[in-house]
Amino acid sequence: MADIQLPPPEELAKVSFQPRPQGWMDPCVEFRPGTWSYAGKPKALETVGMPNPREWSPTDADWKLPENWKEIILQGLRERLDKYRSLKVFLDICVRCGACADKCHFFIGSGDPKNMPVLRAELLRSVYRNDFTLAGKLLGKMVGARELTMDVVKEWFYYFYQCTECRRCSVFCPYGIDQAELTMIGRELLNLVGININWVMEPVAKCYMTGNHMGIPPHALKDNLEFFADDIENITGVRVDVPINKKGADVLFVVPSGDVMADPGIYTLMGYMMLLHESGLNYTWSTYASEGGNFGLFTSHEMIKRLNAKIYAEAKRLGVKWILGGECGHMWRVLHQYMDTLNGPADFLEVPVSPITGTRFEHARSTKMIHIAEFTADLIYHGKLKLDPSRNNAYKVTFHDSCNPARAMGLFEEPRYVIRNVCNHFYEMPENTIREQTFCCGGGAGLGNDENMEMRMRGGLPRGNAVRFVHERYGVNLLTAMCAIDRAVLTTLMEYWVPEVKVSGLHELVGNALVMKGEKKRELNLRSEPLNEGSEDTSD
Amino acid sequence: MTVVAPLIGVLALAAVSAAGARIGLTTLFCVVIPYAAILVFLIGVVWRVLSWARRPTPFNITTTCGQQHSLRWIQSSPLENPHTRLGVIGRVLLEVLLFRSLFRNVKHEFVSRENAAPRLAYKASPWLWLGALAFHYSFLVVFVRHYRFFSEPTPRSLQIVEMLDGFFQIGSPTIFVSGFVLLAAATFLLLRRLLLPQLRYISLPVDYFPLFLVIGIALTGILMRYTAFRTDTAAVKNLCIGLMQFKPPAATEPIGAIFFVHLTLVSCLFAYLPYSKLSHMMGVWLSPTRNLIGASRMRRHINPWNYPVAVHTYEEYENEWRDKMKAAGIPVDKE
Repeated sequence: MADIQLPPPEELAKVSFQPRPQGWMDPCVEFRPGTWSYAGKPKALETVGMPNPREWSPTDADWKLPENWKEIILQGLRERLDKYRSLKVFLDICVRCGACADKCHFFIGSGDPKNMPVLRAELLRSVYRNDFTLAGKLLGKMVGARELTMDVVKEWFYYFYQCTECRRCSVFCPYGIDQAELTMIGRELLNLVGININWVMEPVAKCYMTGNHMGIPPHALKDNLEFFADDIENITGVRVDVPINKKGADVLFVVPSGDVMADPGIYTLMGYMMLLHESGLNYTWSTYASEGGNFGLFTSHEMIKRLNAKIYAEAKRLGVKWILGGECGHMWRVLHQYMDTLNGPADFLEVPVSPITGTRFEHARSTKMIHIAEFTADLIYHGKLKLDPSRNNAYKVTFHDSCNPARAMGLFEEPRYVIRNVCNHFYEMPENTIREQTFCCGGGAGLGNDENMEMRMRGGLPRGNAVRFVHERYGVNLLTAMCAIDRAVLTTLMEYWVPEVKVSGLHELVGNALVMKGEKKRELNLRSEPLNEGSEDTSD
Repeated sequence: MTVVAPLIGVLALAAVSAAGARIGLTTLFCVVIPYAAILVFLIGVVWRVLSWARRPTPFNITTTCGQQHSLRWIQSSPLENPHTRLGVIGRVLLEVLLFRSLFRNVKHEFVSRENAAPRLAYKASPWLWLGALAFHYSFLVVFVRHYRFFSEPTPRSLQIVEMLDGFFQIGSPTIFVSGFVLLAAATFLLLRRLLLPQLRYISLPVDYFPLFLVIGIALTGILMRYTAFRTDTAAVKNLCIGLMQFKPPAATEPIGAIFFVHLTLVSCLFAYLPYSKLSHMMGVWLSPTRNLIGASRMRRHINPWNYPVAVHTYEEYENEWRDKMKAAGIPVDKE
């Protein structure tokens, strides 16, 4: 475990924005502790058959690459230039207007000019110019062309793993240039020669073999779910079912596995279980498709497909009608924008229809998968849930839009509608920090590891600042987010920037407010804290 | 070097064309170079657009900037997160005509506070948006106005443009606002690059070059119209109509050196456009985060090169865990 010494928040927040006197064209990276992630372990790479498995560290002088590494990367770039219009257009048309510069949370928190999305892109663009454009071949540095050297590769590694693929820059770019797309392809190129990080590769390998990132085997998954059912029974007096790998269920339910293991995600998971029980939906968990999250998104497009395939496959095997997905950020980018294209068509499924309300979810008629916030909002709208929002009165809630449901989906109103119905105190953060302009938690895209802690706190600075604002103004003490990585990473971020604020998922709040048939008088919330005393009330 | 080299480049172009005028290379500078530039421009635009259009968009990577279309009772954002083709057309037009995304621009600022971490504030920052709008639209008006040199008689619609553009008539010749706005906006964009440290840091020689070109074009244009360097417009018009009809006039008519400079810089700009970042003029239409329909769960997006991959099948999975699954009472396919 890395032990990163962090300066106090007041110190870290003193960010210098003065660029180095020398330009960016000469590659220069310093692997300072706390700002980079450990290299992928050979075993993980071997499990999924990825190139060049070996022990190495970014701080080593020799990264032990294959002899023809340069050829491999350039050939990889050539192929991808032919396969992705996005890549070619984004490399060709940037005018360096600088509108994206201070939209990146890593730039705001670090002041490092190479964290301006435009410059992060130039790291790749300069090589593209050098080897794939006539102007670059003829005029070199004058047109911003650089040769691909080992130092450039190190720079790619450092900065492509200081991008959380949050897509905030693409909202502000007048041409819609999306740094996430460039980071994804940049990482793909690095992976061709075996450069990657363990916090991505290990979840990838585990997800491939056991079905989920955490590597939870089937029997342990069942144990965990039963354990949460016990907790729910203790709190509510109601025993909820735990249907697992059940053929004949109407709906397959897929969640991010982080919620099965880690506090505070487990309370959200309990919320799902209570809601699904109470709604009477005939659903099932799967131990095989026990992960909706997909770290393939942070590895390569091929890996997205390899890890995602199990969801449709399991839906088919179990014979369900449609699929329901839990609260997760990047998982929903994959489900919304990649799954149907890669592993569809899901013609063996039906257009999702809520058996409780009769609502036909036409907007998911091809992919056949809906988000649980859509499902719950629909239940509430039709008055199918009995809710007591006062049970969340201890919480003054603010809502963090997770990057992917925001900018790769547009899931803004459903969760807000749910929150307003299950809580009495809800306050929005400033408008430049929510919805499509939301700021990343600083730990997405595989960067939520401990050795990268300084960069996480820097990247999370804008989010931390916005939370502090509503904490001071309204006494907000709970940050709710629909993302498993958020629930893990924001918890640490809050401890650092706004220790008075706790983190939860949406369905934890739903679970608290849900009045279940046959329940006993509720005295505890899902965290087993006395109801309405669990959190300190800091308002006037 | 980053700033000086492109400046020297533009000055050299100007000097060479002025010298060309002095020694009477009218055919070269007024016929050959403009024709060549247009040819290079046209070929370049077609080549560039095809180079993008022939590449597939394997995934629907829309950037959603508004509420999705989902439940009937939730109002969706038809332009910021379009789920119809019409919405996408509207979205792209908003980008192209009004620079919608640039309009969102804000500037971050750390406000220091006593005994606490500083507060981050975001201020609306419309200057880049305004400067860019002024630059592009004044350029468009200037461009359209030049049609006067290519048509006889001057079309009515062009006269209306001129009337509006010459709104601030102060004596003769009529002052066209557009030329001055163009010069001012280009200068603003240049100063921005020079004075903001971050922007200066990211700027390449190829960012300054087109700005110097445009400033040179606007300056020479203004000099020709309003100052002692005035040019024989009848001769210019004669030349332009001749070029249009592929019957360039005999190279004897004397046109001022400054016209040579103007025309050469314009030719360079045309020839340069498709091969440089200026190709954003075409590229903005083809940006996949903006021109795809956001409703990717409603309609399947096809990837033409989607290929089969190795997966860990359920069968393999069950083979590895069957005993444990059975022991835990989890149903299995094969007993």
